[in-house]
Amino acid sequence: MHPGLRSLPLLAAALTLLPVAGQAQSTLETVRERGRLICGSSQGAVGFGAPDSNGYWRGLDVETCRAVAVAVLGDRDAVEFVPLTGQQRIPALQTGEIDILPRTLTWTLQRDGNGLNFTTPNYYEYTGFMMPRELGIERVQDMAGASVCVQTGSTTEVVVNDVSTEHDLGLNVVVFDNTAATRQAFFSGRCDALITDAAGLASIRATEAPNPDDYVIFPATRYMDALTPAVRHGDDQWLDIVTWSIQALIAAEQFGITQDNIDSFAETTDPRIRRFLGLDPGNGQALGLGEDFAYQIIRAMGNYGEMFERNLGMDSPLRLERGSNRLYSDGGLMFPLAFQ
Amino acid sequence: MLRTLWYSTRVRNWLFQIALLGGLAALVAWIVGNTLTNLAARGIRTGFEFLSRPARFPISESVLAYDSADTYGWAFVVGIGNTVFVSALTILLASLLGFAVALARGMGNPLLSALAGAYVTLMRNMPLIVQLLFWYALATTAFPPARQALNPLPGVYLSQRGIHLPALAFEGIAVLVLVALAAGVAAALGRRRFLGRGGLLWPLGAALAAGLALSLLRGSAPSLDMPLLVGLNFRGGLHLTPEFAALMIGLVLYTAAFISEIIRGGIEAISRGQWEAGRALGLTRRQILRHVIVPQALRIIIPPLTSQYLSTVKNTTLALAVGYPELGLVVGTVINQSGQAIESILIMLAVFLSISVSVSLFMNWYNARVALVVR
Repeated sequence: MHPGLRSLPLLAAALTLLPVAGQAQSTLETVRERGRLICGSSQGAVGFGAPDSNGYWRGLDVETCRAVAVAVLGDRDAVEFVPLTGQQRIPALQTGEIDILPRTLTWTLQRDGNGLNFTTPNYYEYTGFMMPRELGIERVQDMAGASVCVQTGSTTEVVVNDVSTEHDLGLNVVVFDNTAATRQAFFSGRCDALITDAAGLASIRATEAPNPDDYVIFPATRYMDALTPAVRHGDDQWLDIVTWSIQALIAAEQFGITQDNIDSFAETTDPRIRRFLGLDPGNGQALGLGEDFAYQIIRAMGNYGEMFERNLGMDSPLRLERGSNRLYSDGGLMFPLAFQ
Repeated sequence: MLRTLWYSTRVRNWLFQIALLGGLAALVAWIVGNTLTNLAARGIRTGFEFLSRPARFPISESVLAYDSADTYGWAFVVGIGNTVFVSALTILLASLLGFAVALARGMGNPLLSALAGAYVTLMRNMPLIVQLLFWYALATTAFPPARQALNPLPGVYLSQRGIHLPALAFEGIAVLVLVALAAGVAAALGRRRFLGRGGLLWPLGAALAAGLALSLLRGSAPSLDMPLLVGLNFRGGLHLTPEFAALMIGLVLYTAAFISEIIRGGIEAISRGQWEAGRALGLTRRQILRHVIVPQALRIIIPPLTSQYLSTVKNTTLALAVGYPELGLVVGTVINQSGQAIESILIMLAVFLSISVSVSLFMNWYNARVALVVR
């Protein structure tokens, strides 16, 4: 059996055989006792989650996990990354195999209603098509009859179907189970187009295309998706902790706090910033964390903007524009909530 | 009284059986109850009502008609259809090829025999998944892009998108041709069965000609549906996709290697004396094989062949590696879209069990039929 498929019965078995855990121990207690956070990760999406040449995990989603680990355990390396396929990731979270799932996961009603709790979006974006430039097609309406390679286990299967119906394109869809096969089929020419989230396409183009300039990427729909780390149902405190760990990254950027200048705020008189950094106590206790959890996160990881530039932006091989992922005050969608 | 009961072997045996059964029932009840509690605690929906909701995802190719507006339930059926189709076709083709290879190996032609031996060794010693990926890579890289498709015959196109062939379209009264064809097949088979003789070809030809003539008289002949390159892809005609082709080539070549060894083993297990006796009676090699050796060899061949057929059915799940939507791929997608993993896995297990049990029952029946009847 294919490795991807083999683990599914295992996950199902885990659900049947796990003793009823009850409410005996919260996720926070479990993580503290274990001494490390277990984080669902992708099987290699440069920019979001992939090990570098030294085996050290890097990427926006990976660093989101590290931020939570800093808040809970005070150590950004106290994280174990479990690479999961699109199909495995949700059962893995539901069964308790992982504590948190930040893996380019789109926030959808069906997922939300069926065992997942979404925290705060850490990336907004549209689903895109990538096509060879030589075909001369740069918009969806011209794609009639195209073959499209799709990876199963994502929302893109539904998107490609909706697009095909909406514009009456009669797209020929070829569905694959694993990332490598999908990409190989696209680059060999089996398909005219590859569909996934646009940043994923940029990542694939930057790292796998023989010549990145030979490929164009354009939006598949006019709708944006919110990629959002999720936790499982039934532990409200853990949901709050992950939500506010991500919020801390966004809020810090709003406050102008960076990894380098954070200590210069020690004497600040701005009450909001004082509460944010834990100089005026209360926030940490409410979550069951240390009062300086936000300070520690920024100290270790930097703010959201720094994380973005490092992994996806101009300091990365992907060189993506921030676009909708700018702060709301710069015209984007990232909106920090009140730390009080 | 109780004491004698306790020491009675029969009573003890019964008690043991009851205890075992009770324990098993308790285990099943515990697993089911535990699962439901766990699912409820994690806020996961349970039950099978999702089967009637629209699936909304595409399936790239299928034997049964499928549209994304169909239900999850129908998506499962379409997946099952593909699995059964691939399994049946593989078993049929691999058995024919396996028989041919077994004969080639045992027929005393050194070159042919060595070739067949090399084939068996090569195929049996490489993992099936590697072979499938190899054939798929070959299918998608060895041919030109769709716009520069090879066109060896009018209407036949070879490209990375697979093979496109002209199809016969039967519209309106032209359906008569199909009816005539079916009648011809029935007549030919009936003639053979009841008269015990006769070729299959001429009744078929006659029926086909009659049907064609009739439909032409009514002014509607079957038309040729030629594939045409429109925009990015071919439209119309028959389409053999690289995914299906890679899967079939891989599965058939792999399975045939095992089957040929099973058949060769069966044939070689028949003692030389049978061959010699046949020759003494003046039978030709072919006749000996057909009337003396194969009927006896079948008794040895059928049981291991049954296992091989069962493995083949299960091996079709590897198709997801090359993008052919058999049941496993459909189930994976359904789990992701609906979140109902346990139900979907249960359906898949039940389906594979049913297919395997059917194959097994059929083979057992056939085995009983060819087995030596001892009176």
